[in-house]
Amino acid sequence: MDFLNALVALSNFVLVPAIAYGSQLALGALGVTLIYGILRFSNFAHGDTMAFGAMIAVLVTWGLQAAGVSFGPLPTALLALPFAILGCIVLVLITDRLVYRFYREQKAKPVILVIVSMGVMFIMNGLVRFVIGPDDQRFSDGARFIISARDFKALTGLREGLAIKTSQGITVIVAVVAVALLFWFLNKTRTGKSMRAYSDNEDLALLSGINPERVVMITWIIVAALATTAGVLYGLDKSFKPFVYFQLLLPIFASAIVGGLGNPLGAIAGGFIIAFSEVTITYAWKKVLTYLAPENLEPSSLVQFLSTDYKFAVSFIILLIVLLFKPTGLFKGKAV
Amino acid sequence: MTESVKNTLLFAVVAGLILLTGFTQSWNTAILILNMGLISAIMAIGVNLQWGFAGLFNVGVMGFVALGGLAVVLVSTPPTPGAWSAGGYGIVLSLLLGAATVVAAVLVATKMPKGRAQTLTIIAVLVVGFFVYRAVFDPNVAAVEAIDPAIAGNIGGLNLPVLLAWPAGGLLAAGAAWLIGKTALGLRSDYLAIATLGIAEIIIAVMKNEDWLARGVKNVYGIPRPSPVVGYEVELQQDPAFLARAEWFGLDPVTASTLSVKLGYSLLFLIVLLALLWMAQMALKSPWGRMMRAIRDNEVAAEAMGKDVTRRHLQIFVLGSAICGIAGAMMTTLDGQLTPSAYQPLRFTFLVWVMVIVGGSGNNFGSVLGAFLIWFLWVQVEPIGLWLMNLITAGMPDGSWLKAHLVESAAHMRLFTMGLILLIVLRFSPRGLIPEK
Repeated sequence: MDFLNALVALSNFVLVPAIAYGSQLALGALGVTLIYGILRFSNFAHGDTMAFGAMIAVLVTWGLQAAGVSFGPLPTALLALPFAILGCIVLVLITDRLVYRFYREQKAKPVILVIVSMGVMFIMNGLVRFVIGPDDQRFSDGARFIISARDFKALTGLREGLAIKTSQGITVIVAVVAVALLFWFLNKTRTGKSMRAYSDNEDLALLSGINPERVVMITWIIVAALATTAGVLYGLDKSFKPFVYFQLLLPIFASAIVGGLGNPLGAIAGGFIIAFSEVTITYAWKKVLTYLAPENLEPSSLVQFLSTDYKFAVSFIILLIVLLFKPTGLFKGKAV
Repeated sequence: MTESVKNTLLFAVVAGLILLTGFTQSWNTAILILNMGLISAIMAIGVNLQWGFAGLFNVGVMGFVALGGLAVVLVSTPPTPGAWSAGGYGIVLSLLLGAATVVAAVLVATKMPKGRAQTLTIIAVLVVGFFVYRAVFDPNVAAVEAIDPAIAGNIGGLNLPVLLAWPAGGLLAAGAAWLIGKTALGLRSDYLAIATLGIAEIIIAVMKNEDWLARGVKNVYGIPRPSPVVGYEVELQQDPAFLARAEWFGLDPVTASTLSVKLGYSLLFLIVLLALLWMAQMALKSPWGRMMRAIRDNEVAAEAMGKDVTRRHLQIFVLGSAICGIAGAMMTTLDGQLTPSAYQPLRFTFLVWVMVIVGGSGNNFGSVLGAFLIWFLWVQVEPIGLWLMNLITAGMPDGSWLKAHLVESAAHMRLFTMGLILLIVLRFSPRGLIPEK
């Protein structure tokens, strides 16, 4: 019985949050890794692209709520998601046309593109703050829990409860659908194959008649869709705050690099590795261990390895270890 | 128009802008812009050393600046009575134990033959070391933080003159830079960027959460001033000689004393800036500077000529970060308090980058010019934005939500403007206002 309680506590505090967080990171890291594979630079504006997409979703959600539209037990934000993706696509395509294309034609060094993306980051950050302000915004509605801790206890008779938030369930489902669509697109369609070809060998791809501008455009469209989805899911799960998205840049980059930059499968694996390490290392294990330990040997302290304030340190240390021992990432990335 | 005339004109324009602020707004604001401009110029020299000379992409400026601020607290504030005996030595011991653990793990990694035994030993060393470290660290921290938490709760400083804290800030930043450079240099440039971005966030997290060190988010107030150059307003207002001088200038004593204090800082900062600028210029012209630029322009060729690229990169990375640390220490001295939550990457890392690129990367004078200009804009964009918004919304009826929103959002135009300036300069004048020779 105690073992069961420990398992439930573990799921409640570690497994479920980490799976949800990992899905959000994976979606973010997929965007970063696609940009790296096709456009060949690290996009520092990615966090703020996520914030921009999420912001549109928040605004559309408010509009829908005001118009009395709701999605039953599901959050209205899901209805707003397609509009947000469209808005974000428009923004990144305009950015590419006005900013990045010039440097692409010049064949500028990647580091110049990184600096350019820094400028884009400033502008997007400014835009988001200008429109919605720097404060926390709540936009989730519908049912809060798929199963609440109290219901779970009543159902199973265990001492520990297992709560699964609607946002967590939706995160996982949406992430699985998005990833399945992406891989189907990359592996089965002609456009997707031309993207992979372009990423593998630019010159050969050009020789075989692939239109580079089209590949870049499709990439930006996919990246905008992924970034918006990730941003909305993160916002639903925690809350929408522009600055937090900027801070997500570090774990997202860590996920992409740990998995191997330019490798989509790696980005997903990296996202879950980072999320699970962050949650397990900053979780106070006392409760779980108390159930597992024999009588009188229960831990007296919290058994927390690092305080939650240091969660960035966790992704950073994993990043360093991977950089030191396997600079191309766990799944062969293209970085040197 | 020769180049030197053009450059002098550019500096004159920026000086004119600051003087204009003095005449139209207030001299207090003008000198504040000047002081922060001087500090920003020093940061820009540091970043220019790394980016302009060596092509290293450091986006962790904020972390090194914050370490400089930490050094001020650790050097110049008085020690908290009883803190060292209560737990200070214990904390130092635990940190040494922690460092020893890492060293031991590295030794195992380099000395033992590769294989499962090696991996297991490394993990064992790290796990045992971590628990020993926490066992010593936790009770000592609790003891220190229990001392008078409302006003202290930290170990305090060494009670030395605050000017000594400036080089100390440089040293602290240099140490951190050495650690990060040792791991991340030699990999591709994007990785250094991510690694520095991360280390900066971690430094800020440590400063916010380790209350025993510098009180965390409870902030440290009352950092001593570098007297006698910078006095205290209250004392000045009671000094007859000072009052006489103030009257001669036609200023009332209160204004005169605040101006005098700020000008004292300006003088000190100017001396540091000129010294560092001179050193950077000498370094640029020396064989060492030429070697650095050769490495930047073609690493493979430089390596073929027998230059140790990774070591040179480490050297200049440490030097540039140390300069940022000095600037950080100066800034905390100017503020008179350490507020870890005030460190924002957009303000302390990316803004310095805008300064260097707008001014002209690779040119020390360009970076200094860029720093003054961008800092001036950073301060003035907000009132200009407000004025602009009032103009745009003048025709709208009072009380409409759009008008209220636009006027309220004017404050956020800063970031947007900075991004726009950066992109425009990169696009149309990528070598900056004063290009590299």
